[in-house]
Amino acid sequence: MVVDAVILGAGMHPWGKWGRDFTEYGVRAAKDALAEAGIAWTDVQFVVGADTIRNGYPGLVAGSTFAQALGWTGARIASCYAACASGAQALDIARTRIMAGLCDVALVVGADAAPKGFFKPVGGPGDPDWLRFKLLGASNPVYFALYARRRMELYGTTQDDLAAVKVKNALAGSLNPNARYRKAVTAEEVLASPMVADPLRLMDICATSDGGAAIVLASRDYARRLGARDPVRLAAISTVTPTFPNTVLELPNFATDSAAAVPPPARPFRSAIAHAAYEEAGIGPEDVSLAEVYDLSTALELDWIEDIGLCGPGEADKLLRTGQTALGGRIPVNVSGGLASFGEAIPAQAIAQLCELTWQLRGAAGARQVEHARIGLAVNQGLFGHGSAVITTR
Amino acid sequence: MWFTVEDGLTYLVGTQCTACRTVCFPPKTGFCPNPRCDGEQLNETRLSRSGRVWSYTNSCYPPPEPFEAAEPYVPITIAAVELDREKIVVLGRVKDLTVADLSVGMELELTSEDGVWLWTR
Repeated sequence: MVVDAVILGAGMHPWGKWGRDFTEYGVRAAKDALAEAGIAWTDVQFVVGADTIRNGYPGLVAGSTFAQALGWTGARIASCYAACASGAQALDIARTRIMAGLCDVALVVGADAAPKGFFKPVGGPGDPDWLRFKLLGASNPVYFALYARRRMELYGTTQDDLAAVKVKNALAGSLNPNARYRKAVTAEEVLASPMVADPLRLMDICATSDGGAAIVLASRDYARRLGARDPVRLAAISTVTPTFPNTVLELPNFATDSAAAVPPPARPFRSAIAHAAYEEAGIGPEDVSLAEVYDLSTALELDWIEDIGLCGPGEADKLLRTGQTALGGRIPVNVSGGLASFGEAIPAQAIAQLCELTWQLRGAAGARQVEHARIGLAVNQGLFGHGSAVITTR
Repeated sequence: MWFTVEDGLTYLVGTQCTACRTVCFPPKTGFCPNPRCDGEQLNETRLSRSGRVWSYTNSCYPPPEPFEAAEPYVPITIAAVELDREKIVVLGRVKDLTVADLSVGMELELTSEDGVWLWTR
């Protein structure tokens, strides 16, 4: 019989630009998740850290950094890196161990302290991430802008539509105590913000942030023994790669794969990520109560809404304009406030998405609660082709 | 690197697998990226010199190092150009054009300057 993995506790350190060590954010989030789960750190059998590559060696072995900070207990450990998908990878490692019966309860932690401004290249000369800056001057927003312009051309998305995404997400974020930006904004403010990479303005693009998030996962039996009735179930995690030829330009690449010798796959990468999660959970887009999607830019939120099948290609603008993706709408998207309100704390992000789904499915999301939330989907994508999608059910 | 100039004309240099004909840019060594091909012989090949704009943008602020930004900084323009024959989209900076001059589907051709390939009209 397959063991069910359930979520016992979720915790977050508020996102911001706090200027402190990332360990502190992770440990705060971990302690809150443990408290919510009603277990002690010493009960944890397996700990997984999602790594950060911008915080020295401790960031590269985040599992042991967090474990040491919480106090060595002899628990088993893993650390992993998959860029923005690191959190999903960490969750998947813990979930797999629980499902295999190798442990009953695990703690997953991710935290980051981000530098100011554009992300700079991490590798040295010869590394493709270094070369794209050297030869092209292509920062991350340049790639986001290429997608945005393409979308505007294909589907008639306007700058007003993009501003409306930000307005929606800022309003949701204003209701979330863990968000970095907690002020509602107007479309005029978005449209008056400086252009960064045409057609994207400063307020269309997510910031880089400090923050931490943690989840306590357990087997259903363990949860039952603790008296947790009807816990949120981790129904699927999709960590798929693209299928050759990947005809979507991905960061930090110079070109797509060529489709001259092999035709492109029926399902492009982003939609394949969600599709694999749906298959695993045995549900479809029509079952989803709410979705958290990776809005690195306002335009990308619209792309994701189509990629996860909430509507057909080119129809996300209509969902947005009719309020269906807003809090109170038919299918709310990014009710946490999304990256628009959080900014990116890379290894924590997929874990933070799961925190939001957990609280929403428990009915514990306060002012931003989605009514009758039963099934949540979170999607994300890591550099070079790391898929990340999570489905929770209740 | 990654391009060559002959008779004043700039060509991107990629590789092509001798087994399945898959083209790569930037050039690869070693193994064909087609998962159903065991090809290990990747030969240099020149790509089409022109293509159509898939998308375009600019960088209104100076990109971080190692990019060498002009002073005073003038926004650089960047285009993703789709090559019809190779069915591949290749990024490049754009010479002498701003975003106001570009549109999706516009034909651009290759040139080069200061050791890097550029798209231009």
